[in-house]
Amino acid sequence: MKMLTAKNIQKSFGKLEVLKDINLDVNEGDVLAIIGPSGSGKSTLLRCIMQLDTIDSGEIEICGNTLVCNNEHGKAVYADKKSCVKIGLHLGLVFQNFNLFPHFSVLRNITEASVTVLGTPKEEAEKTALELLDKMGLKDRANAYPYQLSGGQQQRVSIARALALKPDLLLFDEPTSALDPELTGEILKVIRSLAAEKMTMVVVTHEMAFAQNVADRVIFMDDGVIVESGTPDQVFGNTQNDRTKSFLARFNGND
Amino acid sequence: MDYSVLLQQMLGGIQLTVSIFLLTILFALPLGLVLSFGRMSKLKIVNIPVKFYLLIMRGTPLMLQLMFIFFGMPFLGIKFDRFLACIIAFSLNYAAYFAEIFRGGIESVQTGQYEAAKVLGFSKSQTFFRIVLPQVIKRIIPPMGNEFITLVKDTSLALTISIVELMNVTKAFANSSVSVVPYIFAALFYLVMNGVVTLLFSALEKKLSYYK
Repeated sequence: MKMLTAKNIQKSFGKLEVLKDINLDVNEGDVLAIIGPSGSGKSTLLRCIMQLDTIDSGEIEICGNTLVCNNEHGKAVYADKKSCVKIGLHLGLVFQNFNLFPHFSVLRNITEASVTVLGTPKEEAEKTALELLDKMGLKDRANAYPYQLSGGQQQRVSIARALALKPDLLLFDEPTSALDPELTGEILKVIRSLAAEKMTMVVVTHEMAFAQNVADRVIFMDDGVIVESGTPDQVFGNTQNDRTKSFLARFNGND
Repeated sequence: MDYSVLLQQMLGGIQLTVSIFLLTILFALPLGLVLSFGRMSKLKIVNIPVKFYLLIMRGTPLMLQLMFIFFGMPFLGIKFDRFLACIIAFSLNYAAYFAEIFRGGIESVQTGQYEAAKVLGFSKSQTFFRIVLPQVIKRIIPPMGNEFITLVKDTSLALTISIVELMNVTKAFANSSVSVVPYIFAALFYLVMNGVVTLLFSALEKKLSYYK
């Protein structure tokens, strides 16, 4: 089953075209890694899928629901507001900077949306939250506040918060970029275990080894276009594309 | 000097002083919040009039505004009861200061908080009241404390439209009894009242210090 289909996505900020005719498919159980240099448009693409930015033209379908499609003039037209919210709930997003709610405890960060948005009874939401925290290895921190946690712990809470709404597709926007290098491992481990459970995921990342080992498919973006798409072996192993080659070479050089 | 009469009259004045203070807070806080939204609106038709309002209210003396509403408006055919005029003037004036304090607080909340709330499906009002406002309140405690303390002292301006609040009673009593005692008494009262305000703000600040 197709969880996400994006066709001919075009997006500009003023005169700067940041997404140029992007096409993307994500099937159930896929783990897709999006790599590419800064400013290549990969985060913008994620934000457009999450409705944090709007596209100028193109089509996005999520779990069989059309979020946005072109009108006869080739301009993007979104579904009505209610449908947009409903469609958005199929998706979860993990931010680079966690964006936890500082005034809520860890537990309430996870339960709040499920209680207020979905109307889940509080006890049930808390039970789910505690299970998720257990899975994240943070059960004993349920009553802590975000400022009391390390970056890695905060990011794991934010993954639990996204999972609490039982999304069909989970997106990660550079989930380890704000972390100290020694903390990235714990996040990658969580993503790896979610992949083992066949969670459908799209991960924008600078962790090349991670993309290579965990993803089923890798997309290399540069300058607003998808330069190359394929299995990790194809993209990392024997790419024929010069831009991909030079990007990976730069990366290896930096390592 | 008859201290029992002094005390009795001063208590009457204190009652009015406290009423002006509490009613001004009651009306100016919500009005200030609404004005802050107007000030932050992207619509020029909304934000320009609000900016103009803030300029007038913050740019002219409260005493003048009091006199304008109570003595001036009747010339325009609008007459208010003395006390009502006082509450209107104070509320309109303080709402302008509160609006800017709210704006500062609201704008200091990171966009990531709004984005996280949106992604989790919160509506705009849920986002504001559950996520944003609690963080705003914590951040605006110090400047709000300043305004509340200033308001306690500003209530004395009500004497310009002959409201018999504490300062007015004090002045009359000091004149008739040729004594410094009423002034000292009034000073002590304002000090105590601001001491209470300060304590309440410290308590609130402490209560909200459970997170950073």
